[in-house]
Amino acid sequence: MIQDKKEHKFGMVIDLDKCTGCGSCMVSCMSENNIPFKEDESRKKDSITWMRVYKLTNGKSFPDIQIAYLPRPCQHCSGKGGHGHSPCVSVCPATATDYGYDTGIVSQIYTRCFGCRYCMGACPYHARYFNWWDPEWPAGQEKYLSPNVSPRMRGVVEKCSLCYHRYQAARDKAYYEGRDDIEESEYQTACTTACPAGAIVFGDLNDPSHMVHQIVKPDPHPDPMNKYVVDKSRNPKVFRLLERLGTNTKIYYLSEREWVRKAGDNYLDGEWDKVKNHHGSSSK
Amino acid sequence: MSKIENKAENGSGEGVEKGTADDPKDDKGLGLGVIFFMVAFLVCFLSGWLLFPKLLYSKKEQPFNFDHKLHVAEVGDCETCHFLREDGTFSGLPSMESCLECHTDEPMGETKDEAIFAREYVAKEKEVPWLVYSKQPDCVFFSHAAHINGAGMDCITCHGPIGESTTSRPYEENRITGYSRDIWGKNIWGIKKHSWDRMKMDDCAVCHKKETGQQGYCFQCHK
Repeated sequence: MIQDKKEHKFGMVIDLDKCTGCGSCMVSCMSENNIPFKEDESRKKDSITWMRVYKLTNGKSFPDIQIAYLPRPCQHCSGKGGHGHSPCVSVCPATATDYGYDTGIVSQIYTRCFGCRYCMGACPYHARYFNWWDPEWPAGQEKYLSPNVSPRMRGVVEKCSLCYHRYQAARDKAYYEGRDDIEESEYQTACTTACPAGAIVFGDLNDPSHMVHQIVKPDPHPDPMNKYVVDKSRNPKVFRLLERLGTNTKIYYLSEREWVRKAGDNYLDGEWDKVKNHHGSSSK
Repeated sequence: MSKIENKAENGSGEGVEKGTADDPKDDKGLGLGVIFFMVAFLVCFLSGWLLFPKLLYSKKEQPFNFDHKLHVAEVGDCETCHFLREDGTFSGLPSMESCLECHTDEPMGETKDEAIFAREYVAKEKEVPWLVYSKQPDCVFFSHAAHINGAGMDCITCHGPIGESTTSRPYEENRITGYSRDIWGKNIWGIKKHSWDRMKMDDCAVCHKKETGQQGYCFQCHK
């Protein structure tokens, strides 16, 4: 039987200098994953955006002001020490969300979720959304929904799955062709393929032949400053959101600009200068 | 002493009197009570286990009868009609296009079912609206490629000897969930004699645990 001989760790790196904030990733995500849109999408407590683009500014006034856009899918935390204890997985009383040890993807099973929303409270990235209403589509549009993603009913939580159905489809093809594993190009998320700027790179962080591994260069050793932080990037331009929490997210961000990298976490006065040049033990 | 306390005292007093009195009148009442309890228990028990399952499932007939045995004898195997596509997805029930590789709008045999097929569906260029016994809920991802090509399993393990059937049994739909009865299984007690008797998540998990050493995580089989 074909088993996953190799452990994957799927993740992405998003180049914030390339991102123009156009929102293609958000649109492609919604249509790919059967996410219903609301009459008033500006009501952010009601709208559901698995992928959401945030706007960052450096806080300065003209002519020094700079803008950056930060797309935020589910960060697929590996948890402290990378053992799979993601914040949301740890608190779910229904085992409706769990950690896939052979993919590194955090699942969400809608039929198992009963809507307590502990996971939403636990998630430091606001990546989870609650269905306050049953999904509604304009008449006839339900016929165009993707059959590979099950729609969600009211009363359950949903979030980005890194287009897991595309992984399933790629594996199906590999099984049919008698291959042991899938190619990098066979499994790409909807947002990655939709980005017109090519700002999103997706792949297996464990596979040195994948582009995402080559950009991120994840450090195999735990961070000497915090033993719970693993897979820290050895690329000085790459950072993760709230990295020092030890959530060990698999969504990395890339920027040449220091103020953008600084925006990835909250720093006390003088703290940033100690942190900014520290990128994993082996780059010291 | 207040009214309520009086009442309570009187009430408990009466109860004690009744309980301690041992005249033949009370014995008779007890016997009747036991009989009544037994009858009521039997009625509830039987209706729960015999009548309720009948009420729970609605029966639907297939558009027309399909003779699997005859077709297997003609084409030789399951994979001719139920095949894996080149992208690894499973074709499921054959579309009209598959049927027309052999059939035309002129019946090949004598059966009245084929006459219905030719007249109502081939001639009118309509797909046959088959009811799928083994249809899983929407949230389930099942990979035929992984089980057939990956694990080398045969169809019978999950689907049973359906290839030997000559008639299409009625499709039974759970009125509450809308799922096919084949998911829960015919036996309302949940007793399983063959590997194909049930198609619940637990049945998948038991086999996965046995064959791969682990039940797998949620996304392996969910979408």
